Amino acid sequence: MRDSISKPITRVDAADKLSGAACYIGDMRLEDMLYAKTLRAAEPRAKLISIEYPELPEGYFVVDKRDVPGENRVKMLIDDQPFFAEEVVNYIGEPIALIVGKDKEVINKLLEDIKVEYERLQPILCIDNITAPPIYGENDSFADYSLNKGDLQKARAGAAYVYEGIYETGYQEQFYMEPQGVIAEFKEGKVSIYGSIQCPYYVKNAVVSCLGSAPEDVRIVQAATGGAFGGKEDYPSLLAGQAACAAIKAGKPVCLLLDRNEDLEATTKRHPAKITLKSYIDESCRILGLEADIALDAGAYAGISGVVLQRAMFAAAGVYNIENLSIRGKAIATNKAVSGAFRGFGSPQAFFAIEMHMEHAAKAIGIDPLQYKLSNLVKQGDRSTTNGILRDKILLPEMVDRVLEMSGFTEKRKSFKTERAVGALKGIGLSMFFHGCGFTGNGEQDHIKAKVRLTKDIHDRVEILIANVEMGQGVQTTMRKIAAAAMELPIDSIIFANPDTDRVPDSGPTVASRTTVIVGKLVYDAALKLKEKWQAGAASEVEEQYKYPQGFEWDNDSFSGDAYTNYSWGVNAVEVELDPITYESTIKGVWTVFDIGNPIDDRLVRGQIDGGIVQGLGYASMEVMENLQGRFRQRTSTDYIIPTAMDIPEIKSELMCEPFKYGPYGAKGLGELTLVGAPIAYALAVENALSINIDTLPVRPEHLMEVAADGNGY
Amino acid sequence: MAMDISFVVNGKRVNIYGNPTARLLDALRDYCGLTGVKEGCGEGECGACSVLVDGKLVNSCIYPIAKVEGKEVLTIEGFRGTEKYEVLKESFEAAGAVQCGFCSPGMLMAAESLLRENPKPDEVQVREAISGNLCRCTGYNTIVEAVLDASIRGEGLW
Repeated sequence: MRDSISKPITRVDAADKLSGAACYIGDMRLEDMLYAKTLRAAEPRAKLISIEYPELPEGYFVVDKRDVPGENRVKMLIDDQPFFAEEVVNYIGEPIALIVGKDKEVINKLLEDIKVEYERLQPILCIDNITAPPIYGENDSFADYSLNKGDLQKARAGAAYVYEGIYETGYQEQFYMEPQGVIAEFKEGKVSIYGSIQCPYYVKNAVVSCLGSAPEDVRIVQAATGGAFGGKEDYPSLLAGQAACAAIKAGKPVCLLLDRNEDLEATTKRHPAKITLKSYIDESCRILGLEADIALDAGAYAGISGVVLQRAMFAAAGVYNIENLSIRGKAIATNKAVSGAFRGFGSPQAFFAIEMHMEHAAKAIGIDPLQYKLSNLVKQGDRSTTNGILRDKILLPEMVDRVLEMSGFTEKRKSFKTERAVGALKGIGLSMFFHGCGFTGNGEQDHIKAKVRLTKDIHDRVEILIANVEMGQGVQTTMRKIAAAAMELPIDSIIFANPDTDRVPDSGPTVASRTTVIVGKLVYDAALKLKEKWQAGAASEVEEQYKYPQGFEWDNDSFSGDAYTNYSWGVNAVEVELDPITYESTIKGVWTVFDIGNPIDDRLVRGQIDGGIVQGLGYASMEVMENLQGRFRQRTSTDYIIPTAMDIPEIKSELMCEPFKYGPYGAKGLGELTLVGAPIAYALAVENALSINIDTLPVRPEHLMEVAADGNGY
Repeated sequence: MAMDISFVVNGKRVNIYGNPTARLLDALRDYCGLTGVKEGCGEGECGACSVLVDGKLVNSCIYPIAKVEGKEVLTIEGFRGTEKYEVLKESFEAAGAVQCGFCSPGMLMAAESLLRENPKPDEVQVREAISGNLCRCTGYNTIVEAVLDASIRGEGLW
């Protein structure tokens, strides 16, 4: 079923962005504004013995831990990360102080002349065999969870085959085109923060706690945001607190913009993961049980690693119906930049592991991997990893059929085999995956409790007041469409400005593929309410608050029940050809089918699909970020490579729509799902081309060459 | 070692007395107030700062102002009033080639530079022409489609 709302309209923000008129944080100029630059730790783990500052010219300031009026801890799930380092530093790039003043060149010179004396401590640089004293707690873990379903003993006893594998994935940098930045202003006792941010209320809570001020004395306003992808979920809270302290000290507005290389070195990235899977399979090739051990490299502070870990654990069984599960997960503290949110949030790692594992297990048993996967798929009414009920129809079999048809998968598998015999290294791979939309577990109902407001003025214009931000995904267009359609009004009678916490209620952060499905539904409900009490020429206002839908349940202590209220699904195929000498790959084609419920705007949906796929292909193929002795080897935009227009073939996509009854017009989540499957299909295509097993992302040509040279496993 | 540098930006004469190694990007953004020119990387990798200097596409973040002495610079602010801009804008909107927008002005300047040299490019030529302009949102294909569409709808303009 496709609704007329899916018909695309012109993005409301496109004209300003194309013409250069859109005002990003770096384009804002406040009167008398000063600039700030950060003094960063040069050691991965050390005591700060002394800091010797050069003499500061008039109008220049040092801002550090002594200038934090409230708590010197960034308010998050675990408050362990200081705004400014105290006695120790825990990663290279950790902020120690700001130098603030009028002239950027003078600031740079001052920074060069600062002498920091460190006493080195033994750092923790990997997640295995930790011998140094813990960074956090007794076990050096920010989170250590286990999850059990059914009885794994039964699976062990009944298994005809047991297959075990270890899968590893690397860092990935969000590389939003606009580096991070904020401006802080202090006027008449009130701090205003303007910034490139995803989560205005996260920033507000962090600044309130940093300054020890009353909530009404802190206001956060989103500037045009040049991409985020999770990278501007938690890190802006740190920047905002620092800039606020600086603005108070200097008595003038302070602009704290990161340059690209600082951003690469110091801000959050996707968690590297090491995942061990062991499956128990019966005579008829049904999976009886799965043991999973997931270790995430969390970096120096807790950030949001615990939640990323939960999402990874709940995805550990992939799209397969496995009754007996034992899943263990740890987020391990290391002396590296803090790992954080990036589109997919733990699930790209988990799905890579289970999809490769299924493929390899089938090969080891000697059966067709695709048939093995299809015969174990979850279907409507089955139980999720957390024993929740999968309530909606699951279209995976139809989606797989369609992708096979679109891509010519079966014929290509045959013909490539013949071509490989004469030296052409061609391969095609196919992945299946889902994304649970909205916050994991009890996030929506117990923590966020999203609230939205619509107001109508005397000219009958309706304003949407929510805290969710336009960061490229198109929310300013989709929310207007939802409200306009619900009230049967023209789109240009709906206003939706960038959020300002003095005006908008807390509808939650712009994360977790939740904005359309959760907040969009609240906007829809509010719009219906407003329509009902509509009086032409009279001002009015309505509010809606999130209600956990009836029949769903979740227990956070045992991780049992419905981890999500709705799931989006995907099937991707990728075809590659490898150079027989260098093993560099050319991507020849990408074919996808997604079920995201009913699309709110077909053109915006395509934007999310193409963009997510290309980020996923980058993650799988070229985006290498290694950490050596605590320092990233790829820390400039010259070293960290992301795809260009030359690297990408045509992407053929179709939708199959199983609507979600609690989503606006039947929509489900979209943004993150689109990144999850392409890396897997790419790895499987390379695996097919070389007749080897791949268990590591990114897939690097130099590794493939080694494999080809010595004939051993990957 | 400051010196006088004189050039034309978007049809207007600009005289700067300053360090000749200063970046053209800073001169445009801070001195001329042309903030449509974006800084994405500061080392010539991403193309967000793309402008035309005497009709040639350059990364203004690694272009010293001494090199623009006597030359003409075109930024998005100067390009946006033109008929060619309107055609490109409509094509970008129709293809869905704008998301976060941070690469968009630079991407348009790269497209303009291509179409000036080659009014009827094929797909590969478009990909090559924008390969110095990174975009993290769109995955590029909609941008390629937009430029091809503009080259057809704008026939005769370039």
